[in-house]
Amino acid sequence: MTRYLPFILRNTLRNKRRTALTVLSIFISLFLFCTLRTVITSLAASLESASSARLITRRSTSLTFMLPVSYRDRLAQIPGVADASWMTWFGGIYIEERNFFAQFAVDPQRYLELYPEYKLTPEEKDVFRRERTACIVGEKLARKYGFEVGDRITLRGTIFEGVWDFTVCGVAHPATPDLDTNWLLFNGEYLNQRMGDFGQVGAFVLKLDDPARAGDVARTVDATFANSAAETKTETEKAFQMGFISMLGNIQAVIYALGSAIVIAIGLVSMNTMMMAARERTREIAVLKALGFADRTVVGLVLAESLLITLAGGLLGAGLARLVFGLTDFTAGGFFPSFTVTDGTVAQALGIALFLGVVSGVAPAWNAARLHIVDALRHTG
Amino acid sequence: MENLAGDRPIITLRGVSKTYRRDTIAVPVLAALDLDVAAGEFLALMGPSGSGKSTILNLVSGIDTPTAGRVVVAGVDLGGLDGAALAAFRARHVGFIFQSYNLIPVLTAFQNVELPLLLTSLDRRQRRQHVLDVLEVVGLNDRSDHFPRQLSGGQEQRVAIARAIVSDPSLLVADEPTGDLDAASAAEILDLIGRLNREFGKTVVMVTHDPRAAERAHRVLHLDKGVLVEAVRREQP
Repeated sequence: MTRYLPFILRNTLRNKRRTALTVLSIFISLFLFCTLRTVITSLAASLESASSARLITRRSTSLTFMLPVSYRDRLAQIPGVADASWMTWFGGIYIEERNFFAQFAVDPQRYLELYPEYKLTPEEKDVFRRERTACIVGEKLARKYGFEVGDRITLRGTIFEGVWDFTVCGVAHPATPDLDTNWLLFNGEYLNQRMGDFGQVGAFVLKLDDPARAGDVARTVDATFANSAAETKTETEKAFQMGFISMLGNIQAVIYALGSAIVIAIGLVSMNTMMMAARERTREIAVLKALGFADRTVVGLVLAESLLITLAGGLLGAGLARLVFGLTDFTAGGFFPSFTVTDGTVAQALGIALFLGVVSGVAPAWNAARLHIVDALRHTG
Repeated sequence: MENLAGDRPIITLRGVSKTYRRDTIAVPVLAALDLDVAAGEFLALMGPSGSGKSTILNLVSGIDTPTAGRVVVAGVDLGGLDGAALAAFRARHVGFIFQSYNLIPVLTAFQNVELPLLLTSLDRRQRRQHVLDVLEVVGLNDRSDHFPRQLSGGQEQRVAIARAIVSDPSLLVADEPTGDLDAASAAEILDLIGRLNREFGKTVVMVTHDPRAAERAHRVLHLDKGVLVEAVRREQP
């Protein structure tokens, strides 16, 4: 087929505007497909990074209600719990609202020990425990805003009102690249004291002796605080994060529905283009057949042209999606730990382009094969 | 049977009929035609529109099939061939010269001429040499990079003739080859076709309305309503 390549290329570029518009439409649709699918893969990746060796205990009624910090000691004594710590969602604004990133007030003594996957030096941990206004920033956040050890960060509280000043005492590096580091942790004692020693925390993190017993331990924890003023709900870290995601509805179904609609619509556009292109060349196809081009060769030429157009759009769409999201370090304002267009997504996009090429080329190719030479040579279209 | 050709025939038609269907109406075009064309002969077919002359051209070139009868060209009985075999037959034995040239507009003269060679096993270098050779024969080696829109009608037809002969077929079929040309260009094209017949031994079957074109042929057959009504044998020009 390579000997026909110049002929196929010339035919593809015969109507440059139409070809460019078709390639553009496929490019846009597959760029969108890659983006939408990366939403799913990124959410899945963030779930994968969640540990099943840790439990999260929160208020049973809602995440917005808090638990007494005094629960920590009782939690630590429950059989199966190796250690217990706490954290509170802070929800402050850094300079302006669009600079969203997660901020937690955490137990300065134990919290960091429960997350060994984030690397800090002993000195950084030590300062964090000692300094009331100390904070630790994740590597990605530090890179985004240029934070360095010793820098001051001012947050405007929304849940906890007022202006809050912190000093960066360390930058946490992830053990694996899929871990989210777009966050800030600060010494929870600072929050407690400024709020008048209120003794409340958002949730507890429990380290398990044996991850296989997570279900038993979770039931024991919730039973311990049943019928109290602040009942608990305990689940694995992964289930806890899935709970967040399910709050957004069935994203996956919506994304697949959207993706399918886009692919079908573009498939029809592309099919129409190829039908028009082949119809305009009825006489030329008849000439090729008269010269001795067999039906299968003509079918191959038409299909190859169709595939060239759709694969060009697919390569552009998938390639650019990968390049753009790779180069810009896009995280949707910190919503995703990382937003990487995976090899699987690129392969799926190219697979769709291939499918579109075959589907849009098959009808005109079939027509070309069935073309009666004598009738088609009289064609004046 | 009327055997007008004295030499070994390259084309033999026996009892050939052709009926077209226009919706439910049957339109007979050829009726039990017998014809022999000798190898190396230059035959002209004349007659009014609908007389069946183009149909004969279509049948002997293998782009149409008869309703009844037998068509044998270059020793090949076309009735026994399927679509792929007919395509291979055309590629090997037939060169087409159309009235409106039918060049591919997005290809250069060189690429248009190269098209039939893409079906052969020749490599790129060999194809190039063949194309340059035939462009020289038709006197257009300095126009190989030109697109059809950059050529005159006469030049386009010469490219089409180069395309017809590049794979060295034994039979050239020409359907009104000078129909779209001015008198001077028409004369040049007829000279060229005559030369291909004389110097390269190509058998030529040409449909024409133009008596001056028919004068170049060895034999002129007049058809009317699908029947041979007159045969004129001419002295070798």
